[in-house]
Amino acid sequence: MYWNSFSDFIAMGTHGPYVWGSFGVMALLMILEPWLIARGRKGLIARLKRQFRAERAERNPMDSRRSRN
Amino acid sequence: MLTLVRAVIGRDLRLAMRRQADIVSALFFFIIVVSLFPLGIGPEPDLLRKLAPGVLWVAALLATMLSLPRLFADDHRDGTLEQLALAPQPLGLVVLGKVLAHWLVSGLPLALLAPVLGLQFDLDSEALWVLTGALLIGTPALSGIGAIGAALTLGVRGGGVLLSLLVLPLYIPVLIFGAGAVDATVTGMGPQAHLSLLGALALGGLFFAPWATAAALRIALE
Amino acid sequence: MSNRLINWFKYASPQSFYPLAGKLIPWFWALAAVFGIAGLYIGFLVAPIDAQQGEGYRIIFLHVPTSWMSMFIYLVMAFWAGLGLAFNTRLSGMMAQALAPTGALMAFLSLWTGALWGKPMWGTWWVWDARLTSELILLFLYIGFIALQAAIDDPRRADKAGAILALVGVVNIPIIYFSVKWWNTLHQGASVSLTKAPSMAQTMLWGMLLCALACWMYSIAVALMRARSIMLERERHTEWVRALLDPQPAGKE
Repeated sequence: MYWNSFSDFIAMGTHGPYVWGSFGVMALLMILEPWLIARGRKGLIARLKRQFRAERAERNPMDSRRSRN
Repeated sequence: MLTLVRAVIGRDLRLAMRRQADIVSALFFFIIVVSLFPLGIGPEPDLLRKLAPGVLWVAALLATMLSLPRLFADDHRDGTLEQLALAPQPLGLVVLGKVLAHWLVSGLPLALLAPVLGLQFDLDSEALWVLTGALLIGTPALSGIGAIGAALTLGVRGGGVLLSLLVLPLYIPVLIFGAGAVDATVTGMGPQAHLSLLGALALGGLFFAPWATAAALRIALE
Repeated sequence: MSNRLINWFKYASPQSFYPLAGKLIPWFWALAAVFGIAGLYIGFLVAPIDAQQGEGYRIIFLHVPTSWMSMFIYLVMAFWAGLGLAFNTRLSGMMAQALAPTGALMAFLSLWTGALWGKPMWGTWWVWDARLTSELILLFLYIGFIALQAAIDDPRRADKAGAILALVGVVNIPIIYFSVKWWNTLHQGASVSLTKAPSMAQTMLWGMLLCALACWMYSIAVALMRARSIMLERERHTEWVRALLDPQPAGKE
């Protein structure tokens, strides 16, 4: 292990804000991007499912009632 | 082949002449933008001389872009473009003609007007000559590259703003060499290298851009 | 040989690529995590301090991989775009569209980490260096691509228009890079030396490579996730999407 103490590690010499600033933003964006995609995907799937169910209900009222119950 | 290009140029020029207001307003846009800079940064001649190449070239880029959305839009609306795309002649040559016509009504007047504006920036006569020459050589490339953007954004909502977003990054080499030529003259290095690179860009642009534009037009017409 | 060829084309249709991508995504996430942890472990805990740059050099473990990825993704995107234009395959356009935002993110991160690196090393957030300027222009190209695709409603036309733009961009990137470099050497004003640490310690190199692999795996995972959403959205009128999201009781209809 290269560091003497945890506070040394955080300080990064005198460059702590720069190192952790770039690291933090990168981590944040790399979490944010997949999260946004996953959220968008959930919304899309819910929308499509609703649409398909509505279309099926239009085509065949009996069938949709049975499957929804 | 040449007759086709010439016919397209003649037709577009005739159409442009019916709409002189467009040409004139693009030119005034150029004049006003260039004249705003001294008001913004102050009248010191040394500073202005240093900024002149960049300011004039950036203003020229923006001014040539003003007329780009119209390059294909009118022909698209009245169906001419579809006829041209179906014609046996290669669409690339038609585009080349339109690009050259666009240059004649936008780039050429800008180049001829630029020395007058250069005087406001205290450029000496040699720099003014180089400025005119660089604009004459470089603006065809701007028309060529711009045509690709115009074809891609044809009939797209928000086309004008989008066009500038697509085209401006691609204009950067022209800007660098064009402004660099004038800059090199001012600092006494000689503009030859810049001008020949600018010429290479213009030739390359005029050679390749029409084909990319033609492909983009076919997509827009599908 | 012919067997492999058939398999390859089988996955070129969204219908069969969708489940395959779904199966692959967790693996790429796992690889990204493994490489990322290993790279950061070496980068932050094993690699020694740099004699000239102090601890701040550790930003290199983020900066260089993101720069690489931003350029590499543009090439891959242009490759898919060209493939889509040449063979008119549905999947290629979707892949190009899925890659663009991640590429833009990488370009942005590269600029951001570069700025935070430059401040302690050169005393300035931004220099008009050839590399920085080209990276900025690359970000503009990404944004133009995304904006063009977003503005066109018909996905087929969006794909093709985007493909032409991406290919024009690829042709232009060397020209832009060369011109910026030329411009930079002529205007060398500030006496900032941008030469990076010439002799890089072995451990640093390993850390950087591992971080680059992590970024690569991350990009693939995210692009596949986005591609899956795009597939569902665009193919929503097809039977396979309907069967997937709205399974019918057997024997009905």
